[in-house]
Amino acid sequence: MARAVSRNAKIGWTIAAWSVALIIFFPILYTIITSLKTEQEAISGFNLIPSFSLSSYEAVQSQNNYWRPFSNSVVIAVGSTLLALIVAIPAAWAMAFSPTKRTKDILMWMLSTKMMPAVAVLVPIYLIFLRTGLMDTRTGLVIVLMLMNLPIVVWMLYTYFREIPGEILEAARMDGASLRDEILYVLTPMAVPGIASTLLLNIILAWNEAFWTIQLTTTNAAPLSAFIASFSSPQGLFWAKLSAASTMAIAPILILGWFSQKQLVRGLTFGAVK
Amino acid sequence: MATRQTASLARLMRAPAIILLLIWMVIPLGMTLYYSFLNYNLLNPSVTSWAGWFNYQYFYTDPAFLESIWNTIVLVLGVLLITVCGGIGIAMLIDKPIFGQGIVRILVISPFFVMPPVAALIWKNMIMHPSYGVFADIAKFFGASPVDWFAQFPLLSIIIIVAWQWLPFATLILLTALQSLDGEQMEAAEMDGAPAISRFIHLVLPHMARAITVVILIQTIFLLGIYAEILVTTNGGPGFASTNLTFLIYRAARLNFDIGGAAAGGIIAVILANIVAIFLMRAVGRNLD
Amino acid sequence: MGQITLEEVAKRFGEVEVIPPLDLTIEDGEFVVFVGPSGCGKSTLLRLIAGLEDVSGGRILIDGTDATDASPAKRGLAMVFQSYALYPHMSVRKNIAFPMRMAGLSKDEQDRRIEAAAKALNLTNYLDRRPGQLSGGQRQRVAIGRAIVREPSAFLFDEPLSNLDAALRVGMRLEISELHNRLKTTMIYVTHDQVEAMTMADKIVVLQAGRIEQVGSPLDLYLRPRNVFVAGFIGSPRMNLFSGPTAAEYGAETIGVRPEHIAISAEGGKWKGRIGVSEHLGSDSFFYVEETGLTETITVRSDGELGFRHGDTVWLTPNEERIHRFDKTGDRIA
Repeated sequence: MARAVSRNAKIGWTIAAWSVALIIFFPILYTIITSLKTEQEAISGFNLIPSFSLSSYEAVQSQNNYWRPFSNSVVIAVGSTLLALIVAIPAAWAMAFSPTKRTKDILMWMLSTKMMPAVAVLVPIYLIFLRTGLMDTRTGLVIVLMLMNLPIVVWMLYTYFREIPGEILEAARMDGASLRDEILYVLTPMAVPGIASTLLLNIILAWNEAFWTIQLTTTNAAPLSAFIASFSSPQGLFWAKLSAASTMAIAPILILGWFSQKQLVRGLTFGAVK
Repeated sequence: MATRQTASLARLMRAPAIILLLIWMVIPLGMTLYYSFLNYNLLNPSVTSWAGWFNYQYFYTDPAFLESIWNTIVLVLGVLLITVCGGIGIAMLIDKPIFGQGIVRILVISPFFVMPPVAALIWKNMIMHPSYGVFADIAKFFGASPVDWFAQFPLLSIIIIVAWQWLPFATLILLTALQSLDGEQMEAAEMDGAPAISRFIHLVLPHMARAITVVILIQTIFLLGIYAEILVTTNGGPGFASTNLTFLIYRAARLNFDIGGAAAGGIIAVILANIVAIFLMRAVGRNLD
Repeated sequence: MGQITLEEVAKRFGEVEVIPPLDLTIEDGEFVVFVGPSGCGKSTLLRLIAGLEDVSGGRILIDGTDATDASPAKRGLAMVFQSYALYPHMSVRKNIAFPMRMAGLSKDEQDRRIEAAAKALNLTNYLDRRPGQLSGGQRQRVAIGRAIVREPSAFLFDEPLSNLDAALRVGMRLEISELHNRLKTTMIYVTHDQVEAMTMADKIVVLQAGRIEQVGSPLDLYLRPRNVFVAGFIGSPRMNLFSGPTAAEYGAETIGVRPEHIAISAEGGKWKGRIGVSEHLGSDSFFYVEETGLTETITVRSDGELGFRHGDTVWLTPNEERIHRFDKTGDRIA
């Protein structure tokens, strides 16, 4: 709207919006603040100014072997996403560029697998993992999270690929491009942004997954979600350390998340809201 | 001709994804169905026998089952109510001309990126803890006695935590919908003399109806599966006061080693999720063309 | 060379016959325009020639060789699309170079042709920009540039001007005509705008429902429309068509008189009427005359300085020699 908004109204709305935003963000902010406190400070009442002590971070890293779950998280999130992309890119590609009468049905069916509650297959997956030795391995989790996110990956890629106008592919054909040239010089460069967004969102989803990671790991392959969950009953003095561990667990994904707001809407609504 | 060649290539490209998902869907679900008719306990696997409908009957007559179904419904509806109403309000607020809109957006959506165990622990220890939490500090400041949230209001506490996690999602989607509202349409309504309230009711809400539906349906799918938040905070208690269906099945499978019972519960969960899924698929399917 | 011959070419999508078998020859160097209302099959016909759609029957010959099953790349044609279809991730230079890169031309030759095309199309200063940074008219010129450098045996244009605003459209129309004068290459141009067809074409092909209604020079179509459809479609403002007793008087089912072939007078004439809307363009005036006792509103085109206004009573007289007569099936009565 081109109309000038009165300055006072703008200031009023700004204050309101910022207040709400800060309240919503407060638990995260307070966790970050607490992580910079000493354990003593952390339990001695409300205080927004920490002593900026990094001792909790040091303690978490040395005592709790923090880097193991961290590297597990990285391997599982990135691994399952890459694997899903390898399977999904050709599928989404085919469905977007040479659709058949059944394409829509296939997509809907894929979506329906996402509706299956994880807990419904807890028993068989758990038993299969126990019997095949996949229990508490990164490989096992990579496979399960890949399968879990595959429908979302296919869907996201499909909606992105479909936005590449057909006329451009036809133009390439007219310009003398072979199928290989078409894929290499025209389609791929145009598809890269969509693939990158899909990658980003799915790393976030896999990183934050907290059902299978808790069910299917104990110590060796436990990623951060399972690691943090094991702190469910910290004894009184662990406030600052828990905050430090939490901050480290969410910081990378929080930053990735900020970059992928738009893709989030698209990915999680299966393109139903753009 | 080129167009015909690509058709068979396309089939080859689709196959891996379809086959993988087919396996992922059919085999475990089939096993769950099979187990649900077995007397099968991991503590005593040698006495496995055919159980018929026993597991279902057992699950159904167990008071914990009805309580967990009720808790599931309250949890889902409570979170939906907070996130949808809150989401509409916050989305409209962010959509107003404000300073630092980008940062406000980032702050508001942040909780969504916090993994469930961390979110639950933050609320449990930093915010709701009866002696060290911020709520307790606020209560003390006003001279009131602090509330022991997870003991006194276990389900409500979990609803608050989960709502906090999902409010950003609702806000973001509703904001996206709001921003696609045709400015000229609003101006036309203004020219026609429609006051702000009726513009909201007759233009904004109908425009967002689709997004609201999508938010409700997608959240429901995820909310039916809430697990880590309960595990980390109340562990389902006190008693079964904060146990939902997912958590009950987890208990049966992992704590009681009752494979048959857990499988029967899983099938019930599938039926519940499918009821929601049918509506979601319709909403999404309409958008495909 | 760029002679294109269609023999019994047909296209069906499933059960629907979009183009019944048709024959057409496009001579080398001709500027041919396919014109017709939307959905008449003109774009499909162009895409069949391009090879972007497979024919359901018949043969397509390019310079005498059968190209029916040849891939688009092998036909030696260049196409300019309605949406321009520029590659968004490539600079203008790379866009124009793309077909030459595909053809494996030497770098020097590529540069030489790019420079020449850019100069001819006023794109020299924009060669390093991305398509997204260009205006509609500039994008259009890039698309044309990309087509030119291939030195194709024929250019295919698919409604290339429909995304431009009116002023730009006139300019680009001239540029394309100039391009044709300079290159003397066969051009096939699809449009729904009969003004574009009339102004640019050597030969117009009027299509309706996949059938060719008439093929001829613009003046041919204007002077001797073969049937009612062509009569109504070609010419602006549209020809006045009368049926019933008015037509019967001339021994026809329908008669047509173009607006410029009706004299208007305040004193007297054949039909009396009252002016409804009058449009004064300066060079011409258009009058929409009502209450003539005939069912149709009559459009009259006359001298720009004629000052009739809304509500004036006028008399109209058609030029008897310019009356087109059509029979029951809509065909012209010679």
